[in-house]
Amino acid sequence: MAEIIVVTSGKGGVGKTTTSASIAMGLAERGKKVAVVDFDVGLRNLDLIMGCERRVVYDFVNVIQGECTLKQALIKDKRNEKLFVLAASQTRDKDALTPEGVEKVLDELRQDFDFVICDSPAGIERGAHLAMYFADRAVVVVNPEVSSVRDSDRVLGIMASKSRKAERGDGTIKEHLLITRYSPKRVADGDMMSIADIEEILGLPIIGVIPESELVLQSSNAGVPVILDNQAPAGQAYADAVARLLGEDRPMRFTEADKKGLLKRLFGS
Amino acid sequence: MGLLDVFRKRKPASANVAKERLMILVAQERATRGGPDYLPLLQRELLEVIRKYVNVDNEAVQVRVDKDGEQDVLELNVTLPDGD
Repeated sequence: MAEIIVVTSGKGGVGKTTTSASIAMGLAERGKKVAVVDFDVGLRNLDLIMGCERRVVYDFVNVIQGECTLKQALIKDKRNEKLFVLAASQTRDKDALTPEGVEKVLDELRQDFDFVICDSPAGIERGAHLAMYFADRAVVVVNPEVSSVRDSDRVLGIMASKSRKAERGDGTIKEHLLITRYSPKRVADGDMMSIADIEEILGLPIIGVIPESELVLQSSNAGVPVILDNQAPAGQAYADAVARLLGEDRPMRFTEADKKGLLKRLFGS
Repeated sequence: MGLLDVFRKRKPASANVAKERLMILVAQERATRGGPDYLPLLQRELLEVIRKYVNVDNEAVQVRVDKDGEQDVLELNVTLPDGD
């Protein structure tokens, strides 16, 4: 039976899809069988980040509407045979995702996989709600920036009351924070909230801190999840986060700024 | 930061300002979470009515809904200023 993990945030542009792609690839690299599902109906993008955009034939909504089987719609990753992508539909019909349809697809995925990663759309509308509704765990992606932190708290509140677990009184979704675009230097300068600040405001454990890096954009450009770049700090930080998701204890890396010497401090940087 | 800046008074770090604002906001939003959508408006209108008679500040009226078994209890808390 698979564990369902939703990657969500409320705010857009914080790195949900980048994170979904890297966590899915990371778990597959660790030998798990993984399906990663794009819930952003109308704005499909996970396929592009995963680099399989030219191989999408059927999508999530096709499966729900019975136009193909789930097997036909799952795209096997070319780099890792344990990883499969289910693309979002490009339909403009917002009601294409139905709770019953999503439940059926997720139940079927649960049988065959170790992990199902649900890449949530931004916002708190239907797609985002359905992405979190059936989850066992949540990775809430947050930038060290005021609006992102506030929106994360909103999403956490919705998850606590409007998930299937909450409605059935069947426990709660296990929540983790993942901080992206973290800049240790700006934190040291007092211009960016620190890991401890965000932890204190939101009151949740942090599963990973991904440093701000130019390589993330390069990876997206190429359609290669950044976790596959094991030289890049961002890639290594994602690998650490995946290890922590699997229950390993790893110290945080890339979270301290280089110490400035006295001369540099006096005469400017 | 250059040589002269060392002697200048530093303005408070913006990250600390962000943190303080968020701590207050998040606490406020969590207090009304799960309650009916009309709570904020109810709170504002109550405040206006009370202000017709007593001069109170914005935080003087607190409304919340608590579950007590089968019943929802609307709890209203008004802090009046010291009477002098």
